[in-house]
Amino acid sequence: MSSPEQWTHPEPGAGPAATAAEPTPEQVIAGLRATTEGGAELTQLLTPEGERVASAQFDPYVSDVDDEALRNLYRDMVLVRRADRESNAMQRQGQLGIWVPLLGQEAAQIGSGRALRPSDMAFPSYREHGVAWTRGVDFRELIGIFRCSDHGGWDFKHHGFHPYTIVIGNQVLNATGYAMGQKFEGKVGDDNGEATIVYFGDGATSQGDVHEGFVWSAVYDAPVVFFCQNNQWAISEPTERQSRLPLYQRARGYGFPGIRVDGNDVLACLAVTRWALDECRHGNGPVLIEAFTYRMDAHTTTDDPTRYRLSDELEEWKLKDPIERVRAHLARGGGADQEFFEKIDAEADSFAAELRDFVFNMPDPPPERIFANVYAEPSPVLEAQRREYLSYLEGFAGSEH
Amino acid sequence: MAAPVKAKVDGAAGAVQNLTIGKAINLALRSAMEADDKVIILGEDVGKLGGVFRITDGLQKDFGEQRVLDTPLAESGIIGTAVGLAVRGFRPVCEIQFEGFIFPGFDQIVSQVAKLHYRTQGRVKVPIVIRVPFGGGIGAVEHHSESPESLFAHVAGLKVVSCSNAVDAYWMTRQAIESDDPVLLFEPKRLYHSGNLRAEVDTTATPDPLHVSRVVRPGDAATLVAYGPSVKVCLDAATAAQEEGTSLEVIDLRTLSPLDLDPVFESVRRTGRLIAVSEAPSESSLTSEIAMRVQQECFYSLEAPVLRVTGFDTPYPPAKLEEDYLPDLDRVLHTVDRSLAW
Repeated sequence: MSSPEQWTHPEPGAGPAATAAEPTPEQVIAGLRATTEGGAELTQLLTPEGERVASAQFDPYVSDVDDEALRNLYRDMVLVRRADRESNAMQRQGQLGIWVPLLGQEAAQIGSGRALRPSDMAFPSYREHGVAWTRGVDFRELIGIFRCSDHGGWDFKHHGFHPYTIVIGNQVLNATGYAMGQKFEGKVGDDNGEATIVYFGDGATSQGDVHEGFVWSAVYDAPVVFFCQNNQWAISEPTERQSRLPLYQRARGYGFPGIRVDGNDVLACLAVTRWALDECRHGNGPVLIEAFTYRMDAHTTTDDPTRYRLSDELEEWKLKDPIERVRAHLARGGGADQEFFEKIDAEADSFAAELRDFVFNMPDPPPERIFANVYAEPSPVLEAQRREYLSYLEGFAGSEH
Repeated sequence: MAAPVKAKVDGAAGAVQNLTIGKAINLALRSAMEADDKVIILGEDVGKLGGVFRITDGLQKDFGEQRVLDTPLAESGIIGTAVGLAVRGFRPVCEIQFEGFIFPGFDQIVSQVAKLHYRTQGRVKVPIVIRVPFGGGIGAVEHHSESPESLFAHVAGLKVVSCSNAVDAYWMTRQAIESDDPVLLFEPKRLYHSGNLRAEVDTTATPDPLHVSRVVRPGDAATLVAYGPSVKVCLDAATAAQEEGTSLEVIDLRTLSPLDLDPVFESVRRTGRLIAVSEAPSESSLTSEIAMRVQQECFYSLEAPVLRVTGFDTPYPPAKLEEDYLPDLDRVLHTVDRSLAW
């Protein structure tokens, strides 16, 4: 691993230090499988078996993470997974229109989300329920999107968590602009600097908006961390359909650091994101993080992954589970006992039951909601449409339909 | 996050100045930037060059590179970063170099600019202005002469306006920047530097509201409605018709979304005849909407069907043919004759 100094603003032609395992030009030309770990260095602090791996570069960024902090990260991941599974079930039961599962991506989301400070801003796509949790956005605030009763109206300023963006890649540019604003306002330059993080997937890296976000952030030294959760699949398309090259290596072409982190290692995700945010805070410009992870469930509840991927792959990734490795580490090191794990499981059960109760009792929005907040200023045309439609509905008052 | 200081519409210099449309927009941008330091300009070549039409001339020199951004060459980037800047509390004014190049940014405009306020139940305001030079008649190559405004007027959440004269150019720019809603300002590029359209711009005057239409020439035989570059065509046609004893009323639409058709209805109830004029192709366009709404509101007043003079339903032709394509005085008068003969 290169030293932190080498990760600061790269000289032209420099960039992330070369690694021994870097592909040869011949390999690239032959079409490198971007999803193979063998061709790229992976930052890892906690192995799938729960062993702590030392890292000269990143250990300082998690020196404050003691057993209690690890237990909190464990709790985060368990609760978020439980809410995710409950929501998936509620979709199957007809209570939600759709669900977007995050199963398998808990470490990437909790680790990166817990690296943020209140003054930072996060721009999610639509799968970042775990990041939302770390920003204090309750699942009950999110679930309306999937209940199809609203588009997501939480207080983004209060939470430092922008609304979900469904169009692939749009938010990467929006986040870049926001980060430019932080810089223009003089909020970067030291330890107290602000930063922005934006989440997107491996599929989004093919979008023009992501390319433009990379270009703009580099040109304006915008304090934005590009957090790509490479979960190996864009619905049915594998990552090699998006890239010949490990995605983190693209950063070099734009002139800023790129790094691949084990996206199933919550500690490494926390450390690497803290480091990247530090780079931004100090005014060194953007960083690309590729969190190498796996989407253990479908793209959404409308998807059928059995049609396009092998169960062998799923089994392989089950062994790298993000929660199990923390549990093993805590149990083996005496950081937590059986009582603790049972307590968290019980908390997850009641958390899910509350969510379930909330969803089952969610009222539908009234029809006048259709016309609300299209514009900031009053709209006589819409007001007339609203009045006309509501009076039309009044004609049915008292009837069965 | 500090809320942006609201600019007061009181003008900057406090003087009456004789200006072209282009200079009036330049003055409006300058005044808005002086009134509110959250107003920033983004666009390709808007800095040192002052824009390809020189509309932003001198602004980067006076306000610096963090207020007037010479951006990378990427329209989605211009709009998409402006969204983030607006979320942060800025009031970005984006310049699209030519209307034909707006389409890389169309996704951001439709998916984010137009919908963020609605999506968040009003929590996120998007006070973005997108300035778009549009229209033909400049002898340009492809993609430099089109009129795509109907595509944007069709999108809920956007506001769309177009100026036809220097006084409106000044005030509509100021008001668009002041608006908490996203506004697309379609500017008649071929009239930017038109000397005979110079006008006295009083920056201390009280302007009309942004979203109102206006009768710019009274008459009683038939009504012409137009916006942007076609207003001048209609005024010239009315002058010519007057010499033959035909009195035409001309309405400058000014606001394309929301439409303000009350002055049009009122006029048609008096004249019984309406001709809508626009450079855009006719199918599914603003002129279609005007005709539909007028027949709905003025059914018993109409003495003739609503007619229109527009570009054809073709791509914009090579410029050697644009005089045939663009509505001109003769085509307007010919259509007036058809209406009067009904």
